Parts: sequence; structure tokens; C-alpha cells
Amino acid sequence: MINAILVFNNHGKPRLVRFYQHLAEEVQQQIIRETFHLVLKRDDHICNFLECGSLFGGSDYKLIYRHYATLYFVFCVDSSESELGILDLIQVFVETLDKCFENVCELDLIFHMDKVHHILQEVVIGGMVLETNMNEIVAQVEAQSKLEKAEGLAVTGPSRRQGGLSAAPSRAVSAVKNINLPEIPRNINIGDINIKVPNLSQFM
Amino acid sequence: MALKMVKGSIDRMFDKNLQDLVRGIRNHKEDEAKYISQCIDEIKQELKQDNIAVKANAVCKLTYLQMLGYDISWAAFNIIEVMSASKFTFKRIGYLAASQCFHEGTDVIMLTTNQIRKDLSSPNQYDTGVALTGLSCFVTPDLARDLANDIMTLMSHTKPYIRKKAVLIMYKVFLKYPESLRPAFPRLKEKLEDPDPGVQSAAVNVICELARRNPKNYLSLAPLFFKLMTSSTNNWVLIKIIKLFGALTPLEPRLGKKLIEPLTNLIHSTSAMSLLYECVNTVIAVLISLSSGMPNHSASIQLCVQKLRILIEDSDQNLKYLGLLAMSKILKTHPKSVQSHKDLILQCLDDKDESIRLRALDLLYGMVSKKNLMEIVKKLMIHVDKAEGTTYRDELLTKIIDICSQSNYQYITNFEWYISILVELTRLEGTRHGHLIAAQMLDVAIRVKAIRKFAVSQMAMLLDNAHLIASNTQRNGICEVLYAAAWICGEFSEHLEEANQTLEAMLRPKVTTLPGHIQAVYVQNMVKLYASILQQKEQSGEKEAAQEITQLMIERLPQFVQSADLEVQERASCILQLIKYIQKLQIKEVPVAEEVIALFAGELNPVAPKAQKKVPVPEGLDLDAWINEPPSDSESEDEKPKTIFHDEEQRHSRHRQPEIDEEELARRREARKQEQANNPFYIKSSPSPQKRYQDTPGVEHIPVVQIDLSVPLKVPGMPMSDQYVKLEEERRHKQKLEKDKKKKKQKKEKRGKHHRHNSLHTESEEDIAPAHHVDIITEEMPENALPSDEDDKDPNDPYKALDIDLDKPLADSEKLPVQRHRNVENLKSPDSEAPLVEKKSKKPKKKEKKHKEKEREKGKKKEKKVVEEEDEKKKSSKHKKKKHKKEKEEKSKDKKKSKKKSHHSEEETTESVQNGTLDDEPLPPMSSYRLLAENPYIKMTYDIQGNLQNDSQVTVSVIFENKSTSFLKSMELNVLDSLNTKMLRPEGSSVHDGIPVPFQLPPGISNEAQFVFTLQSIVMAQKLKGTLSFIVKNDEGSTHEKLDFKLHFSCASYLITTPCYSDAFAKLLESGDLHMSSIKVDGISISFQHLLAKICFHHHFSVVERVDSCASMYSRSIQGHHVCLLVKKGENSVSIDGKCNDSTLLSNLLDEMKETLSKC
Repeated sequence: MINAILVFNNHGKPRLVRFYQHLAEEVQQQIIRETFHLVLKRDDHICNFLECGSLFGGSDYKLIYRHYATLYFVFCVDSSESELGILDLIQVFVETLDKCFENVCELDLIFHMDKVHHILQEVVIGGMVLETNMNEIVAQVEAQSKLEKAEGLAVTGPSRRQGGLSAAPSRAVSAVKNINLPEIPRNINIGDINIKVPNLSQFM
Repeated sequence: MALKMVKGSIDRMFDKNLQDLVRGIRNHKEDEAKYISQCIDEIKQELKQDNIAVKANAVCKLTYLQMLGYDISWAAFNIIEVMSASKFTFKRIGYLAASQCFHEGTDVIMLTTNQIRKDLSSPNQYDTGVALTGLSCFVTPDLARDLANDIMTLMSHTKPYIRKKAVLIMYKVFLKYPESLRPAFPRLKEKLEDPDPGVQSAAVNVICELARRNPKNYLSLAPLFFKLMTSSTNNWVLIKIIKLFGALTPLEPRLGKKLIEPLTNLIHSTSAMSLLYECVNTVIAVLISLSSGMPNHSASIQLCVQKLRILIEDSDQNLKYLGLLAMSKILKTHPKSVQSHKDLILQCLDDKDESIRLRALDLLYGMVSKKNLMEIVKKLMIHVDKAEGTTYRDELLTKIIDICSQSNYQYITNFEWYISILVELTRLEGTRHGHLIAAQMLDVAIRVKAIRKFAVSQMAMLLDNAHLIASNTQRNGICEVLYAAAWICGEFSEHLEEANQTLEAMLRPKVTTLPGHIQAVYVQNMVKLYASILQQKEQSGEKEAAQEITQLMIERLPQFVQSADLEVQERASCILQLIKYIQKLQIKEVPVAEEVIALFAGELNPVAPKAQKKVPVPEGLDLDAWINEPPSDSESEDEKPKTIFHDEEQRHSRHRQPEIDEEELARRREARKQEQANNPFYIKSSPSPQKRYQDTPGVEHIPVVQIDLSVPLKVPGMPMSDQYVKLEEERRHKQKLEKDKKKKKQKKEKRGKHHRHNSLHTESEEDIAPAHHVDIITEEMPENALPSDEDDKDPNDPYKALDIDLDKPLADSEKLPVQRHRNVENLKSPDSEAPLVEKKSKKPKKKEKKHKEKEREKGKKKEKKVVEEEDEKKKSSKHKKKKHKKEKEEKSKDKKKSKKKSHHSEEETTESVQNGTLDDEPLPPMSSYRLLAENPYIKMTYDIQGNLQNDSQVTVSVIFENKSTSFLKSMELNVLDSLNTKMLRPEGSSVHDGIPVPFQLPPGISNEAQFVFTLQSIVMAQKLKGTLSFIVKNDEGSTHEKLDFKLHFSCASYLITTPCYSDAFAKLLESGDLHMSSIKVDGISISFQHLLAKICFHHHFSVVERVDSCASMYSRSIQGHHVCLLVKKGENSVSIDGKCNDSTLLSNLLDEMKETLSKC
């Protein structure tokens, strides 16, 4: 079982928080902070597994994470999950995000948290892996966006929020201009991460 | 209206959406909290509006704020509103918010039941999907109970997208509502062979989760999983299954034997590292579970170790880490095979990755032997020096201590070496584990007698250099070792060579900066030292020296008397008085040393930590019985014991005794000795309980190795452990030579006391004799101590409830609760409109009712009596409810008499509610399983259920029960298809092929299999001929057997229990496009209640409404025929009027019902 899925950036700002057991908000924030401190001090070339002690309540839990550009994707899992399998799942999730957002970057996650959740819900539900085939996931996400769009056009007209995924990048750019971010967010580079563990094509 | 809409959308344009909120927060970095609270105020305003789009937008923003740590539970009701929006867009927002913030404590969650049910049965698969996803996060026991049946139905949905979600969510339902597991399990099992790989994977996932917690209940599935393992190509599924087998093998070694081969094949063939790794893991589990009698054992182990070595050598840190992890599992049972890879593991200690180093450390723990302990520890010590960061260094420190002290210092051949290691460890800066080192020092010094002299000299050195240890406040942790040092020097002061110097070191002013509990030990042990010096001086006649030392004590002790620590102060002032008294005596030239030393006579024995617990309770002693009358509550509250003093558990705190004058002490000591001598629980370890400083230390106890103390003392008095490694090598070499010599001489000769007196004692397999006589005193345990019987199971384990036997056939009481019509809600709302509608709807029936009015009144009285009688019998828990009910009934009766007929319908509804719930009266056990066929080997019973998702399918569940003492296998079921009814066979097989039953049956076991049939018309009952062929295997051999059967598809089996509201029911009857038919059965003796239950159960109807001995019932066929019944009970007969879209179906149904009823 997966106990929690956390995405935060290099400064520990949460971008996606999904706990599969109920915890009070303060506890959640505490866990995010501690997890961030645990992963932060590990450089990129050491292993992606981390024993987290009793951070999540049980001794059985383990943190499995990947670091992409400005973002950390952390999965907290128990012993029934395969470590390498979860690593691949993170990869699948990120690649799916990349497909759905067309060159995903941190700003997409910032401004479209709801969409990221909806994509995640096609991958994992209730702490259990639902689908690992990226094409299937993308197909379901797109079918639902289509449904949403159809509703939006038919009844209320295009609203800003329902702009769809394709509108995301341009808005993200304008956001950068508006805010004058000190660091220009890079794309999550899926191409250059070196996946030694089972090739995705082999795995699926 | 149009204007309103325009206005709404203009309003919306000014509302912030999620993106605006995010942007706003980013623009207000300085006053984020203020800005957000402002936004929350806006959101609250938005939530008050009627426009659902505005609400959804607000809820969406709340979800974002929840991520930032804001509590949004106050908006729970609004979230539910958005969840129930008709548009998918909004619904999805609502469910997302709910899944983030709802939990069992959310009180409004009970309002969602109907909404979720509606969404689950929505024609839009994404509505269903969103509801399922949401439910997976916030399902409560109530929701689980109410929705279990709906979700179970969705497991057979036509869309695999819904099926796989439903399957996964069932696991959550099981956790919250364990009763659902048994009824849902057959269907879950069926999903293991779903044509869609996603659904299959989900089912495997759920069963693996279930089996992981209670593996024994899932052993019967092993053959099925075995089949999947050998046939599946999906690595996710394979990994899950292989992991599951890892959990199953400890319970069934035979399974393990079967697994080895396919797993080994997979290990050889797969290119996916994850799969390879899990295979290796399971092979390890198998090998652990197998008894060590298998010849090809070592080959598998070798294969595993070899593959793991490849992983560890890989440049990928993840593989390295996992390799080490798996290696540690092998280590437990096959340490030898791992030990040969010591080089590799030591290499991992140099890895830059801390996780990997820690894993390697774990492995080292299991790899040490007498031979390599020193080498490994030496390596670790180097790492201690190099280590950056205190956490890792502390970890190293504890590991060194763990490794050395494991199994009672089994691997230590030279304790001097160990003491020096401990002393070296005290140089660690900022460690938190000072107390660990201290405990080890104490333990070794107390239990290894031969080492005391050496230990004392080292401890004296530590005390002398205390300023190094205690100088830095940051090194606080390490100053704990001074506690041990002081105690050892005091207790074994007879071994001290420069006692004066040590005493002076202990009296230095700097000592007062130490923590109180350490100072207390200092003060106490000073006196021991003082006593020993005094004795020495008196014996050699140096009176002046003796007086000088007394003077020193009197001068220095006051600094402790001033201590802020109570313990220190108290001890110091007692001792000061004592010494002043001694001084007086010394001036009078009275010899005092003997008496002072008598204060500390007596040998200490280590006591096992659990000794106290293990003292058996003497017979006839009841520890729970009150000795006096129990005190009042208020008193007992005050009596909570409080620990005021510093917690010093585990430390030998003999010095805690109150200081009383010498005579008293001596007297008490005598008494204690007497007591100890008579106490059967007190083990006397040495023949003389007197302390040994009266005798000269025995020559035998002098350590073998001659140590050049000047070497370790070079660096301010700190020893070096390294030399021991060299010395040890030399010693071993020498030993070997001697041995060879001895062999040559062929003579047994008693060698010098140094080396040989212990050779007999520990001739290890590695031929290393320890340097010392390791006289490890075992910790004391009371006699007849009971073996420990700790219960390691946690009674609060949520998974325990799922420990359910799944092979037993289902009992009817276990059926999942099906949604039922509840009139209660209609009743509670005294809307003026409601009764009107009711009245209207009842019109067609009313006429009939009027006719029967009188008759009914009679019957009713009778029945009421029965009810009342039964009430008396009911348990007290139900009393209140029942009483209330009786009163109500009485009232309604009165009302009835006084009121006009026109009001009847309303009252009748009241009645029908009261009687309508069928489980008020105990029902006889019923089983829907009917006998299919039987012979001496096997018995088959079956049940047919319609499939709501597919209008032309029914599922036949057959329970196979092995009645013989033989093993039944290769069961295959085949039927002769008719034009109308066909068995669903896997693609590619012909109509004449049978379907294999997916399990085998050991003697006396029964199991259930399900077969799907397709139908065209369902208006007629069908009979299919079929055969079950199977192989009977027993000691004499195996025979092929056959059993013919007739599968009877009754019309009732096409019906699905469907609830119906009374108004809908009335409309249906009014619609007029239903055919009507009726039957009458005479000679019915059972109660109406039971009669209805029977119809409900066997014919899949539900009661719409019941009034007295008259009830309306409803059911629906899988093809959507409505079937309405009006059942009336007369004196001895029952008449049933039925209405249905199809007259043939109706008449067939009624015929079946007639048959059922005539059996009553």
C-alpha cells in the first residue's frame, strides 16, 4: 500500500499532497517538512530509498523518491510494494504529467493542482496502484477533460478555470512575467534522467 | 431569468479562481497569512451564493489551501453540495475536496450515502469513477456497510475502467466492514481471471493485501496464483504474486518446494531487475521456511547470493541498496554463504551513500566471528574517525557495541582489547551514546572478573583526564562514561595502583560541573577509595599519610555539600560527618580502617533485567486480592507514584542505601547476608561472599598478555586498541606454533599458567583460544523462572478483523445488506403534501382493503398478541425500543377507532413501518443453495444469481464438497447448451469443451466456483443437462469419475432483488400495461412474517409495504421486467396476485412460488 504521495519543490513548498490515511493538517505539514529535510540532504547520486522511522506512524514504511529539476516526488510505501516498481511508477506519473501538460514544469503543478490530482487519481487510488500503462492513463484523463469541456461550452461558456490543459503553458509564462521569479523554472527533463532500473518498456 | 444568469456570470468574472488565488499568494510573500485569511473570507461569501459554479470554484480554492495546511473541515457541507452537482466538472471538484478532508470523524459524511449511491449507479462511467475514487479516501464503517452491495455489483460492470476501481475499493470496504469479505470474496476471486489485465492486476493487488495480513486463509488460492504466475506476463502482477508467495510459504512448505523451480527460471530469464529482485527475495523466504534436508538447497542459495552480488556491485545505488537488504535476509539462515562476500560488504562501508553504509553495517553485525571481530571493528573504528555528521557516527558507535556484545560477548576473545575500544570511543565528540559506553564498561567490569585490574587502570586514566571529556558542554553525552569510571574505580579499588592520585582526581573542583547523578556516584565512590587507601596506609603503618588523606577529604568534600543536587548534597554531608568522626578516632590513634572498609563489604551480582518479572508467584498468593478494604477513589488518585529522582535504571545502584552509623550498618549487613543465604532466589556466584580485597588477587587472574602500558598512555593517557590486533595475531600465531609443537611431541603437557589453563574452556571451531579466562558471570534469574510468554499480537490491529475463513460456504446471515426502502423518512417529515400523494397512490389498493377490513381487524388482534408475547422473550437490550413500539401501537389503535376512515392510509403507513422490517422476528435459517447432484465422492450445491450489469447473463455459483477420503482433482464441468441458454466458455474453445474447476479438493474440503451463462429469453424456466468429470486420487491410484446433473434455472433466478418506493410502485400498478394473474395456496401454517421472508429470499423479491397480513412486493428481472405482487394471508391459505410486463414470466413465477409455498 502507498501511504502518502508528496510533491514539493527544492525549497520544501508543497505542490501536491495526498495522504491515504487521515491526518490533521498540522501533522501533514509537519510530515512534509520533515520529509523535505530528509531528502534535501541527500545528493542526486545516492539511492532513492530512505527509511523514515516512525515519521508516518508505522515502522514498516519507507520513502521512495525521485528528484526532477526543481521538484521532489516522494512516495511513502509499506513493505508490500516493490521498491523498484514504485520508482518506475513515479516515472510513469511524471511522464504522464509531461504528456498531459505538454512539457510540464513546476508552474503547471502550482497553478493546476486540481488537474494534477485528477491525473494522480487515474494512477493510484486509495493507496493502491490502479493503472501503470501510460497510454491508458492519458486516455482516461483526456476523456474526462473532454467531458468537462463539453459541459463548460454547453452551459456556462468557457471560463478561465476550465481553459484546458493546452492553455497552461502560456499562462505559466505570463505568471513568470508577473511575479518576476528569481529562478526561471526549467522543464522537468525526462529525457536525461538515467533510469537504470527496469526499462519502462520492459516493465509494462 | 436570463438577466440573472448574465449577472451570475459577471459576478463570476470578478471572483478569484484558483489561478488568481495562487498568483495572489505568490505576490504576498510578506503577509501571506493575512492575505489567505482575506481569501478565506471571500470564499465564505462565495459559498453562500446559490450559483453552483461559484461554489465549486470556492471549494476548488479551499482544496488548494488545504494543501498549504489550512483546516477546511468547516466547509464540509458545502463540499457535499458541490459533490451532488449534476455536472461532472463540479462533481469532480467536490469529490476531490472531500477526499482530501473527509474522514471518519466528519459528521456530515452520513449525508453523502444516497448521493454516492446515485453517482455509483450513474450511466456516465466517469461519475461512477469519481465517486469510487472519492470513496476510497473517506469510506467509513457506515458507508462501507451501506454501499458494499453497490460496489460489489460494480465489480461486474461492463467497463473495465469501473471494474478495476470497484475491485480496489472493495479492499477499503473490507477494512471498514469486515462482514462484507465473505460474501464478496467469490466475485473477487472471479476477477483474478478477468479478461482485462487492469482488473486482474487490481484483484491480485487486493488479494495480496488481504493475504499479507492473514496468509493462512488464502492458502487455498495458491494453485490459482501458481497458474497466474506461470502464465502472466505483466510484471506488476508477477511481482505482487511473488511477494504473496513469500508470505504463504512459511505456512506451507510443500508450496515452497514447488515454487523453487519456476522462480529460478524467472531469475534466469527476466530482464526486469525489479522482478529479479522479488524472485530472489521469495526464494530466500522459501529456503528459510524449508527444513534443511533438501539436496539442491545450496544451489539455490548460491544462485541468490551470486545474483545479489551482481546487484551490489552495480553502479546503480538503488540496486546496491536492495542487494544489501536482501543479503541480510539470507544472513539469518545461511551466514556462511554471505560471509564469503565480506570484502564486498566492507567495501560498501566506504560508499558515499549513508543508507548503503547503514545497510552494510547491519550485515556486518551478522557476519562477525571470533576470527574477524577485531578486524571488522578496526575497520569500523577508522570509519568512526572519518565519519561526518553525528547521526552516522552514533550509528557506527552503537553498531560497534552491538557487534561486540552480541550473544553475551560470544565473539570477544580479548576483553582488554574491548575495554580499550570502549575507551577510544569516549573520544568521540558530541555523541549521544555516552550512557551506552558506560553501561558496557560496567557490564564488562562486573561480569568478567579477570579484566577488572585492567579495567580499573583504564578507568583511573579516564578519571584523571576527566577534563578532556567534560570540558566541552557539547560533549555532554559522553560524560556519562565518568559515571562508570568512578563506579568501577571505587568498587574495585583494590586493583588500583595509584589510588591516591585517582582520589585526588575525583576531588577536583571541576567535578562539580558534572551532572548531578554523576557527582553522586563520585561522592559515594570516593569513600570506597578512601577506605581502601586508609587500610593500605594503616597496614604499612603510615599514620601520617592516613591522616593526610583524611584531611584532604575534609577539605574537599564541602564543595559537594554545597551542590544544588539533592542527592549529591545529602551524600556529601553524610560522608563529611563520617570522615570527621574518623578523623577524631585517628587523632586518638584508634585503628579505623577495618570498620570503614566493612561499610562496603559484599559481592555484587548482576541481575537479569527481567529477573523481577520472572519470580514465580508462590502458590496460594493472589496478587489481585485486596489486603485491606479498597480505598476510596479520591484517595487512590493521589497515590500515583512519582519519580522525583533521576532515572537510573539498569545501573547498579548499591550506593543508594541510606547512610547510617557503622554499627547499624554492620548489623544490617549481617542480617542481609543471612537473608541472602536463606533466600532460594539469590544465586551465590562465588563461594565466599566476602569481598576479595582481604585476599591478594589470585595469580590466575592476571591477564595473559603483557601490555606495555606506556604505549597506550602516550597520547594523554588514552589506550590504543590497534596494538591488540597485532598482539592478537602474534598470540594466535604463537598458539598455533605451540599446538604444532605439542602435536609433534604427542604429549599432553600442562603449559604455563598464562596460556594454557583455559585452552580446554573455549576451543572454538576456529581454533582461537581467548586470551583471558572469560569468566562471564551470567545474569541472575530467579529459580523456576517461567519462560517468557509475551503476546506480540496487537489487539487493536485493524487487519485482525479480516482474519476470516473464506472457504466455508456462505451462510445467509452473511449476505450483504441490500438497499431497502425506508418509509421512516417520509413519515418524519410531516409535510402536508406527503400524505396527499400517499393517499392518491394507494387508491387502487384501498378498495380491496375496505373489503377485508373486518377480517383484518380480527387477525390483527391475534397477531398483536403473538407479537407481545414474543416481545417478552426478547433480550433486555431491545426492551426500550419495543416498549416504545407497543405504546405507539396502542396509540394508533386508539386513533384508529376514533378517526375517520380517510385517515387510515396514514396510520397504516405507521404500522407498515413497524412491521415492515423483516428482521424483527427471528427467522429460520435459509439457504439459497440447492442440491445439484451427489455421489459418494462429491456433493454439488448451487445458486443462481442475475447479473445487473448484463441483461443476458446469470452467474451460477457451485459449491463442490469432497465427501470422500480421496483427493479430487482435474475437475471439469460441462453442460449441454440449449438454444436459449449457453455456458460462457473462454474464447477459442468449442461448445463441447468443459470448463475446468479452478481448484482441487483435498478430502473433506469444499470450495466454490462460479460459471457464467448467457440467455436470450428469460420468461421460462430452463433445465440444462451437464456432467462433472473428475479424477479421484487415493493410495490405490487414481480413477476417472463422472457425475451427471441437471441445472435448473428457475424464473426466480432471473430476478434481482430491487427495492421500490411505494409511490413508484403505485404508479407502476396504475400504468396498466401489466398483465395480471393470481394463485391461491391452501394449508399454510407458517407465520406471515416467515412467509414473506421466504418469498424475499428464494424468489428475490423485496417488500414494498406491509399492512397486517397483506403485503405488496416488488422485483425486477435482469431484462427489466417489473414484477409486482400482492400477498394476502387468510386463515389457512395464502393468495398471491401478481402483475408483470410479461404474462408467461408471471405465470411461471407464480407456479414456482406455489411450489415453494406448498412445501410450507
